[in-house]
Amino acid sequence: MSFKVIHYINQFYAGIGGEEKADYQPEIREGVVGPGMALKGAFKGEAEIVATVICGDSYFASNMDEATAKILDMMKKYQPDAFIAGPAFNAGRYGTACGAMCAAVAKEFNIPVISGMYPENPGVEMYKKSAWIIETPDNAVGMRKAVPAMAKLALKLLKGEAIGKPSEEGYIERGVRKNIFYDKLAAERCVDMFVAKLKGEPFETEYKMPVFDRVPPQPAVKDMAHATIALVTSGGICPKGNPDHIEASSASKFGEYDLTGVMNLTSETHCTAHGGYDATYADQDADRVLPVDVLRDLEREGVIGKLHNKFYATVGNGTSVANAKKFGAEIVNRLVRDGVTAVILTST
Amino acid sequence: MVKEIERKLPVVHMCTIVPISQTVGANRIVPTIAIPHPFGDPSRTPEEEKALRRKLVERGLKALQTEITEQTVFNE
Amino acid sequence: MKLELHRLNVKSLKFAEKTGFADGVLSVNKAELLSLIAEDPLLGKNLDVDLAMPGESVRIMPVKDVIEPRWKIEGKGQIFPGLLSDVETVGEGKTLVLSGAAVLTAGKLVRFQEGIIDMSGPGADYTPYSKTCNVVLVLEPSDPNMDKHDYEKACRMAGLKAAAYLAKSCADVKADSVEVYEQANIREGMNNLPGLPKVGYLYMLQTQGLLHDTYLYGVDVKKILPTFLSPLEVMDGAIVSGNCVSACDKNSTYSHQNNPVIADMLKRHGKDFNFIGCIVTNENVTLADKRRSSTYATKLAAMLGLDGLVITEEGFGNPDADLIMNCWKAERLGIKTALLTDEYAGQDGASQSLADSCPEGDACVTAGNANEVIKLPAMKKVIGYAQEADVIAGGWNGSLADDGSITVELQAITGSTSELGYTKLGAYTL
Repeated sequence: MSFKVIHYINQFYAGIGGEEKADYQPEIREGVVGPGMALKGAFKGEAEIVATVICGDSYFASNMDEATAKILDMMKKYQPDAFIAGPAFNAGRYGTACGAMCAAVAKEFNIPVISGMYPENPGVEMYKKSAWIIETPDNAVGMRKAVPAMAKLALKLLKGEAIGKPSEEGYIERGVRKNIFYDKLAAERCVDMFVAKLKGEPFETEYKMPVFDRVPPQPAVKDMAHATIALVTSGGICPKGNPDHIEASSASKFGEYDLTGVMNLTSETHCTAHGGYDATYADQDADRVLPVDVLRDLEREGVIGKLHNKFYATVGNGTSVANAKKFGAEIVNRLVRDGVTAVILTST
Repeated sequence: MVKEIERKLPVVHMCTIVPISQTVGANRIVPTIAIPHPFGDPSRTPEEEKALRRKLVERGLKALQTEITEQTVFNE
Repeated sequence: MKLELHRLNVKSLKFAEKTGFADGVLSVNKAELLSLIAEDPLLGKNLDVDLAMPGESVRIMPVKDVIEPRWKIEGKGQIFPGLLSDVETVGEGKTLVLSGAAVLTAGKLVRFQEGIIDMSGPGADYTPYSKTCNVVLVLEPSDPNMDKHDYEKACRMAGLKAAAYLAKSCADVKADSVEVYEQANIREGMNNLPGLPKVGYLYMLQTQGLLHDTYLYGVDVKKILPTFLSPLEVMDGAIVSGNCVSACDKNSTYSHQNNPVIADMLKRHGKDFNFIGCIVTNENVTLADKRRSSTYATKLAAMLGLDGLVITEEGFGNPDADLIMNCWKAERLGIKTALLTDEYAGQDGASQSLADSCPEGDACVTAGNANEVIKLPAMKKVIGYAQEADVIAGGWNGSLADDGSITVELQAITGSTSELGYTKLGAYTL
C-alpha cells in the first residue's frame, strides 16, 4: 500500500493565473496538479498524491484563519499520511501560506509536513520549527532539484526512518534539538574536540552557543523630576487571581494592569503567576518584585515626575525568545504612545 | 524583552542573575537581592525591607540618569 | 604517585552464607550487610537488600546514588577519606575494585530529584547502571518527619559502608586484571613531555546547598576555594556525591570513581598532551561566589601555565552561568577550553538549551536534551516505589499509568545525560 499525500500549491502553479487571480478561494482537486507531477515521479510509486489544494496567495494572506479552517476541513475525507506544500522558492506570501498550512496540518492531523523555500523567504523564519523546509534557490529554476529532495525527506518521515542533519538531508535547520546515540562516550567526544582545538585542527561543536544581538544604549534621563517612569516585569506580578491566565511557564502573553490609586501592592491585591521560583515571598508582598510602594513615595517627594498608571507583566520562565521579543516590542509601543520617559524592568 | 524596550526608551534591567542579563544584552543593569525576592529580604523587618527596596530603586533611577556607551552594571 | 587498580570482574550476584568472590560471582551475606547498615539510628526498621542483574525485567526507583565497591588493600588511607575513613591522602598503593558491580541507594525518597534505573527495555539504553550487577539498598528514615539533611547523610553513609564492606570481603582474592596509573608531581610533570601542550581538567561540582552537595575529603565543596587534585585521588573516592538533584545529570559517586573524562585524558597523556591534573571547583548560589570561584579556578590554571582545560558542568540552570564564566575567563587568559554539559531544550527541543552563553564556548559537547520524553513499559518487578514517578523531577502527576508503564522526561533516568560524559547520548540540531 502506498502512502497518501496531499499537496498544497497557489493559483499560479495551478495554472489559474498570476497576481490578478491571487484572491482565488481555496479549492481541492482529486489527484495531481502542476508541480505535483514531478513530485509524483519522485515518489516512484511509494506514495501517491491523492488530492491537491489550491489557494490564492492574497486570499490566504488576508483570510488566514478562515482559509486554514476551510482547507483542513476539505482535507479530512482523504485521511492523508503526509502534507507537502510548495515549493515556494522566494515568494513571500506563498511561503508564508505554505508554512502556515504545514503548521496547521501538523497540529490537526499529526502527520509529517514538508515544504521547500529559499532561506530568506519570510515563511522560513516563521515556520521552520513547525515544518521540514527543504532549502531551494530563489526561483522556480530550482524546481528540478527541490522536488526530489522534498519527496525523499517525505518518504523517510513516512517510513519513520531517522532523519539526518540538515546538511545531509538538504532541509533548513529548524533549531530543534534531537537526541542521538553516538558511537563514543560524550567524555571521549569532548576530549577529541579538545585535542583538535589544541592542535588548531578543524572541529565541529555539538552545540552552537546562541549569539545575542546588541542594541545601543538610549541617552540618559535628563530631568528625572519631571519624568514618567513605567514598571515592567518578567516576574509574573498580576492582580490576584491572574485574570489573564498568564502561564506559569512558557508564557504566550503579557498583561497590562492599572495602577491608578494603587499606593502599595499587598497579598490582598496582587500575586505572581510565575512558576519558576518559590512564590511565597512575592505572594506575601508583590512589592518585593515590583516596587510600586517605593516609586509612589519617590513620586510624592518629587524625585520622579510620576509613576506611569499602568504596569506590564509577563512570566520569564522558559518563555521563548521570540515571544519575549514580541512582548517587548508591543509594550514599548504602548509606553511611547502614553508619553513614558523611561522604564524599570524587573526580573526574578 | 529588555532590548526591544531599549530600541525606543531608556530602560534599566533590575535582576539577580546579572551574567544572564549581560549575555542577553541589557545595557543598564542593577543587581538585586535574590531570585524569589529581588526587591526584598523576608528575614528583615518590613521597615528595613522597604529601606532596602528604596536604595535599590534609587540606584535604578541613578542608572537611568547616567550616560553610558556600553553595557554597565551599577553596583552602587 | 602510583596507584594500582586490582579488578575482580563481577558477572553475577547471589545471596550466600558468606560475602566473597569466586568465578565471577559476588556472593552477599544479606543478614550481615543489613545489620551493618542498620547500625545507623537514623535509618528505620524496614530496611532491605535486593539484587538486580542486567537484562532482568526489574525497575529500581527512586535511586539516590550509585557507588562502586572499592577497598584499599595497600597504601596510605582508605577509600572515601574524610567520610568513611580517616582524612588521609589517597591515590597511592593498591585498590581492589569489584568491576561490574554497584551499590544503589534507593527506597523512601529523600528529595524530588531522584531517579529511575530499568535493567531492561528502552529505559535501560539510557542509564549506564543497567549494565552493572546491582546490590540495592532499600532504605527508609527511622522517623518519617526526620530532617531531610539527616536522612540524606544516612543514605549516603549506608551506600559508602556497603560498597566498602563488599570490596573488603573480597580483599584476599587474586585480581582478574591489574591496571597501573602513575602521576608525576608538578615539578616533574612540567618537565616531562616537552613539546606537548600542558593541560588540566576543571572539575565543576554541584554545591548549591538544599541537598545539592558534593564532598571532597569529607569537606562540603561549597565551602572551598578551587583547589588542585590528582586524578588518582578521585579514583580512591576523594569525591563523594551527596546530591539530590535531577537524576540525569547529577554525578553519581560511581561516575566520580570511574570519571570517563579523567580516564580518557590519562589514556591520551603523553600522546596528545601532558595532563597535569584536576582543578576542583564549585557551583554556589550567589553571584559573588560564582565570580570568586571562576576567577580563582582559572587563575590556578594560569599559575600552572596550562595551555588548555576540559571543563565539565554538573546540573543545569544557574550552574550554566558558572560554566560560561569558567569558559571565557580561561579563554581570556589564553587557555583553550572544551566544555561538557547537557541541554534543557524543552520536550519539543525547540527552546534554548543553556541559560547562558559566550562566544568563547566554541567547543562544546553535550550529553543530550534531558527534557526529551520517553515511555518506560511496565517491569515484572519494582524495587522501591513506582508511585514516586509522579513527583520526581522529570515526571508529572500521571506519569505512572495504571498498566505500570511510566512516561517521563529523560531527566528522571539516573545518569542518562551524565555531564561527566558517561553515556553515548548527544544531541544535534534538526
